[in-house]
Amino acid sequence: MSSDFGTKLIHHKMAVDPQTGASSTPVYLASTYHQFDIENPGIFDYARSGNPTRLALEETIAELEEGVAGYAYSSGMAAISSVFMLFSNGDHLIVSEDVYGGTFRFLNQVLNRMGIDCTFVDTTDMEKVQAALTPRTKGLYIETPSNPVLKVSDLRSLCTWAKEQGLISIVDNTFLTPYLQRPLTLGADIVIHSATKFISGHSDVVAGLVAVKDEAIAKQVGFLQNAFGSILGVQDSWLVLRGLKTLKVRMEASSKSADKIAHWLREQPSVKKVYYTGFSDHPGHEVQNGQADGHGAVLSFDVGDESVAKQLMKQVKLPIVAVSLGSVESILSYPCKMSHASMPKEEREKRGITAGLFRLSVGLEDVDDLIRDLEQALSLQLSSVE
Amino acid sequence: MKLQTKLVQIGNRKEQTTGAISFPVTFSTAFLHPGLGESTGFDYIRTKNPTRNVLEEAIADIEDGDQGFAFSSGMSAIHVLFGLFKPGDHIIASFDLYGGTYRLFEELWRHYGITCSYADIRNGEDLRAHLTPETKAVFIETPSNPMMITAEVDSIASVAKEQGLLTIVDNTFLSPYYQKPIQLGADIVVHSATKYLGGHNDVLAGLVVTKGKELSERVAFLQNTSGAVLSPMDSWLLVRGMKTLSLRMEKHTENASQLVSKLKECSFVDDVLYAGVGGMISFRVKDARMVPHLLKNLKLISFAESLGGVESLLTYPAIQTHADIPREVREKVGVCDRLLRMSVGIEHVGDLWEDLKQALQVAYTEMNNEGE
Repeated sequence: MSSDFGTKLIHHKMAVDPQTGASSTPVYLASTYHQFDIENPGIFDYARSGNPTRLALEETIAELEEGVAGYAYSSGMAAISSVFMLFSNGDHLIVSEDVYGGTFRFLNQVLNRMGIDCTFVDTTDMEKVQAALTPRTKGLYIETPSNPVLKVSDLRSLCTWAKEQGLISIVDNTFLTPYLQRPLTLGADIVIHSATKFISGHSDVVAGLVAVKDEAIAKQVGFLQNAFGSILGVQDSWLVLRGLKTLKVRMEASSKSADKIAHWLREQPSVKKVYYTGFSDHPGHEVQNGQADGHGAVLSFDVGDESVAKQLMKQVKLPIVAVSLGSVESILSYPCKMSHASMPKEEREKRGITAGLFRLSVGLEDVDDLIRDLEQALSLQLSSVE
Repeated sequence: MKLQTKLVQIGNRKEQTTGAISFPVTFSTAFLHPGLGESTGFDYIRTKNPTRNVLEEAIADIEDGDQGFAFSSGMSAIHVLFGLFKPGDHIIASFDLYGGTYRLFEELWRHYGITCSYADIRNGEDLRAHLTPETKAVFIETPSNPMMITAEVDSIASVAKEQGLLTIVDNTFLSPYYQKPIQLGADIVVHSATKYLGGHNDVLAGLVVTKGKELSERVAFLQNTSGAVLSPMDSWLLVRGMKTLSLRMEKHTENASQLVSKLKECSFVDDVLYAGVGGMISFRVKDARMVPHLLKNLKLISFAESLGGVESLLTYPAIQTHADIPREVREKVGVCDRLLRMSVGIEHVGDLWEDLKQALQVAYTEMNNEGE
């Protein structure tokens, strides 16, 4: 699969404009479309319902994720919240306990008001997942590897079980991208991306993508996309398509650097713990190897306490200290104050998100430059602590 | 079809695949060939791009020319015409030409043996008086900048034709809404489309329109060869702006005419220059020492170069647009230190006048206080 994946990125079926032969999909800013024959309406009538540039992106993500249809949204959260609209008042969901903070907030502060409740469980433990099942349960929502402590959930067995129970299984595939993991081929019904991250890859566009395995669900998701209208803008659709072309080379380079940095960090006395699924002793290492083609470019590490953490953030020179991930630039995030700030402290700490925890999204800088930078920042903070 | 209709409809029904009302922006640099020796009409972006093509066909149609060409700026549009001349050739140009064009002719073209002389050409007879055996073209701006002197394009073009010269008209100030030089006999029209055609102070672009097959082919060759083409996104933005050209031009004229009447009655202003249509006016204040105070005290009108946008701008030609013209040349043509040029926008004219009035009043008072 991965051997022709890079080719698919460049030569997806929407890559060449049929009218002019343009090798870069044109940006159609038109909001409305002339109908040449009123008896046989064209594919496009109004830009919310469909746009040629957005369609090129949607078809591409469907192709890469091996689904039947794709949908593009104005953000990852717009994609997630639109998909959750598949559920109805009274439904119950089972959700990975260390789900992204924004998803956690949407579930707990918005979706619950519509009478849809959920149970957060450790989805790495099948027994706990099964125990959470109620007669009202309609969906299973998984992030793997989880954010930020990179716990691996077994997609094959979870999705198989979900199917047996008649649940819709939804996987957030933002961390690995279809280059490294294709959940629809492992049994998931829906895959979601914050395309702001690796898919687009340049920290310059906010976008969400959804790919769906079968026609019946695709029809419902398509209906919701048009009814809700939180679609991706045309310029942004084009930018995501542009970013996608280098997804493979970016993921390969970043993953390779992440592996080296993870192993290096593990040997630093100032680092208490490193979370990385590429370690052979990581509890999810084997499952990861069985369902993904790599370990990705995100790792987390714990420096022990808040004062050390603050020193590190002050001293690093290369990675930008920021939220988000998946870019050409390395990004050092501080989850307890950033991605998971919307989660209550006790919930956070239950998930290992301490005041000493960092998440590093490894970019495309030279790996030795990154290590040298982390080294100076860690040694400075060590001495200042002493 | 009326110009207003043509403008609004630019790009519509051109896209046959989807029927998109707004023509798409094609960023592609290369185009797939259906087969050996076959082409979709597009091969390489510099030569031809679908989005730029819509703009180029539209401006050719609107200016009543045979072919249109889009460039990355007004200056690059004019500069591409350089390729029409050879060392030893001579050009006659309007004497209060835009400073950038003057600089191009004097500091660039002259180095290659193409000389230019500047004269107050208002009609064919004026042109005749300045002809030399080497004269190959006449380049006019009408109304001129910033003196607002109107030249008779038809009589100039008719003498030029008789003498075998090219007539080139910079139509930036009036836009095709008020003036179509090719209909009056010109061979080439140039535009800084950054101005009225774009109209929103947000895109830099130049356009050229040619009349005649041979000339059009030559300019097409030069555009492709020198490569200063307009980008697809900017082509799209320009088309978007052009759709409201007629509405904007009418409002510019309405506002400018009213401001001209007010300024003529204002005791702090000596004289007002206006061609009667369009949004460009110039006026001289009583005393050059008022100028810095006036510019500082404007609250709505921006002190900035450029013109032709929806926002009103006030320019001080002596130090901005015409700074590259030597002082004695500049003053001879009337661009003195008391002269201000205003690009009247489409704000409410009452607000514009309030701002000018208060700034003139304060400027006069501050100047007098300064003198004490």
